[in-house]
Amino acid sequence: MDHTIHLPDPFNLIITGVGGQGNVLASKVVGNMLMEKGLNITIGETFGASQRGGSVMSHLRISPRSGFSPQIPKGKAHLVIALEPTEALRVLKDYGNPKVNVLCNIRPIHSIGVISGDQDYPLLESLQKWIRELCEQAWFINATDAAITLGNPILGNVIMVGALAATRMLPLDRGRFESVITRTMPAAKVEINLAAFDRGRKMIDN
Amino acid sequence: MTDLLAHQEGARCLLMGNEAMARGALEAGVNVAAGYPGTPSSEIIENLANAAQNGRLYVEWSTNEKVALEVAAAASFAGLRSLCVMKQNGVNVASDFLLHLAGSGTRGGMVLVACDDPGALSSVNEGESRHFARLVEIPLLEPGGFQEALDMMKWAFALSEKIRNIVMVRSVTRLSHASGNVVLGPLPGVDAQAVFRYNGNILDPMEGPVISMPVTAKHGLQQKKLRQAVALFDASPFNTYTGPDAPEILCITASAGYLYSKEAIDLLGLEDRVGLLKLGTTWPLPSRLLAKYLALTHQILIVEEVTSFLEDNVKILAAGMGPEIGVKTIFGKTDGTIPSVGELNPDIVIHALLKITGVDYQGVPADYTQRAETIADTGAPARDLTFCPGCPHRASFWSIHMALQMDNRQGFVCGDIGCYSLAIFPTGFSTLKTVHSMGSGTGIASGFGKLGPFGMNQPVLAVCGDSTFFHAVLPALVNAVHQRSEITLVVLDNSGTAMTGFQPHPGLSVDASGNAVPGLDIARICEAIGAGVRVCDPFDLETTRQTLFDLLESRGGVNVLILKKRCALSPERKARKDFKMSVDQAVCLGSNCGCNRLCTRIFRCPGLIWNKEKKMTEIDEVICVGCGVCASICPSGAVVKKEKA
Repeated sequence: MDHTIHLPDPFNLIITGVGGQGNVLASKVVGNMLMEKGLNITIGETFGASQRGGSVMSHLRISPRSGFSPQIPKGKAHLVIALEPTEALRVLKDYGNPKVNVLCNIRPIHSIGVISGDQDYPLLESLQKWIRELCEQAWFINATDAAITLGNPILGNVIMVGALAATRMLPLDRGRFESVITRTMPAAKVEINLAAFDRGRKMIDN
Repeated sequence: MTDLLAHQEGARCLLMGNEAMARGALEAGVNVAAGYPGTPSSEIIENLANAAQNGRLYVEWSTNEKVALEVAAAASFAGLRSLCVMKQNGVNVASDFLLHLAGSGTRGGMVLVACDDPGALSSVNEGESRHFARLVEIPLLEPGGFQEALDMMKWAFALSEKIRNIVMVRSVTRLSHASGNVVLGPLPGVDAQAVFRYNGNILDPMEGPVISMPVTAKHGLQQKKLRQAVALFDASPFNTYTGPDAPEILCITASAGYLYSKEAIDLLGLEDRVGLLKLGTTWPLPSRLLAKYLALTHQILIVEEVTSFLEDNVKILAAGMGPEIGVKTIFGKTDGTIPSVGELNPDIVIHALLKITGVDYQGVPADYTQRAETIADTGAPARDLTFCPGCPHRASFWSIHMALQMDNRQGFVCGDIGCYSLAIFPTGFSTLKTVHSMGSGTGIASGFGKLGPFGMNQPVLAVCGDSTFFHAVLPALVNAVHQRSEITLVVLDNSGTAMTGFQPHPGLSVDASGNAVPGLDIARICEAIGAGVRVCDPFDLETTRQTLFDLLESRGGVNVLILKKRCALSPERKARKDFKMSVDQAVCLGSNCGCNRLCTRIFRCPGLIWNKEKKMTEIDEVICVGCGVCASICPSGAVVKKEKA
């Protein structure tokens, strides 16, 4: 299927979420899968203090030609993967454009401003409407609920990677996923992560 | 963590900048590495510690950065290759020794890696280590990419051995914590022998005693070494030029600024008009190389992060070379073309080039941006930083906050550096009123505690973490006891250097590579100093609050309260729920309760949900880690904790 995907150079992917959702792992897995296809990858991460309940973002620059800067220029994202729906909007504000695509986990994580009652968390229908308005194509799945049925909500990140593969936006296949996680994860975790990847793939209709 | 020894020569890997530097050190045959954890530098020592389990390499997390530099220097004095790693403000801590080390010189190749944090993504400052290279007169190298991060380390060790002095390699968050493709080189065999020779003449760099005296003689020798370095820099492969033979504008840059500049020139299609001079050797500047490129045009743009280090030094050189290169217009920090605070990105460089060239550029249609901003304003509520669910600090600050309120004498807490610095914000009930450098909370408290004769009668508290305690609190605590200052120090002991990833410290019985070592007991140290010591479990809110209140009332010199509980993210606690939490909807009075929503409005644990429709508190099963503390907060007993089987 790889040769059917024509990538802009560079292809700019943002994976966003809330600290603790496994953003960094998702970006590393995707980055390694694409590197093994011979592509040049740069990943810019925001973590550290922002990990503590803050918004986190990984910028992936994917190019057959050369390495790019660890920050995507404003308005130049091709695809945004949001592990949390309000984070999709935050990223689109800075990096979106009318041609951008969005793959979004719809399970909310309330900020402490929302928990305290100082802020309101938007209705899911509004979030989906706004995201659709700001992009060319959007996929919405509940990766967290699916992950809970697999036994652990943290698997939501890998479910999203599986869903990403099924969107065919990038040349990602199951074999490559298996080889990367076999190389980078403890053996005991490979099977459950493969199951999560497969679950994610099935959640996208082609 | 990547196993840096697993891959063979020629393998193409996706490595973090920090991993690339660690691999570079391994390829250079480093024998000893020491550091103190600090974002964004920590992964270098972590990866080397991991590699140390498989080979002849000694790696340690030292008590602080100054000790780390001393430990690494000893290896160099004994003829080994050594590495020392720290974040930007760590160089401040190490700088006293660094000055003297630069004066005495080194033997085996010795490299200091400093990782700066422009924009303070994980810091309470955006201090710059680059200035130290100029201040103490040592060479400074800055990688401008991931492959270079690896290659430059090898070059730095060789340079150090050529000039017999320490070489500084400076990285930034966007390189250290970013990842890119790197092709690995060969790993050398390890056969180094350590011998410290000291019987030669005092001026003999390889056989004599290692000291910075006689000062002017050694200082002169040091400056000669630096001139030697400049000659090597003029021919260094890390200084590159790309662009036309006769550019309109010469952009001079280094580090991450190179990647942003390259991208900006590319996006604006200015390849034929703008030349890009990327410097990998930034102190002292390669003067012949600069003369050659400065002569190409009169318009110079200098792209660098935070302060005008490169700009100032280029200007000094350009002034001296005036007759040869002509008069220049220099755009950068001084004229405001590039901001002097915060980190850079491609767009800042784009706007700098737009200002100089006058070309048009619109990254995205204006109406899209406007609409996206409007939507995000309502649709994406801000995420303030918060302690993690189950974090012992939230419980600790709850008790500190309550005890200070009960005491009611305007008491306050001097903060320190760690996750608990967040207690300046509502997540820690805005308890901290000062936060500066490592250890300074206790030092400042020691000073406040002596202001009684001037009429100050507010109780004075300080907090620190267990790793910070050993790093820089100890001297301040000694001072407070010795000077009879009236303070209470609360040690928030979560059994590791938690914020940077659970690196061990002298209080633990395991070292960087997992070997058993003697752990020092904070309580016994404090007792030996002469402080009164109490220990509590911070999750026992009532005992903690009462103990602290009693200490505040006692007014007896220096007291230390150790609140001991492992970090919620620690391997021991992660993914383990002690309790299944629930809210008894028949008991919770919601917004009608006299507590006025103590749990969600004030305590604000991310594991709670305020259900606006039902006007009731709920538990977020995905986020809650089952620590049980919120059950102790609820005055009506509606939050129920059930022991997990």
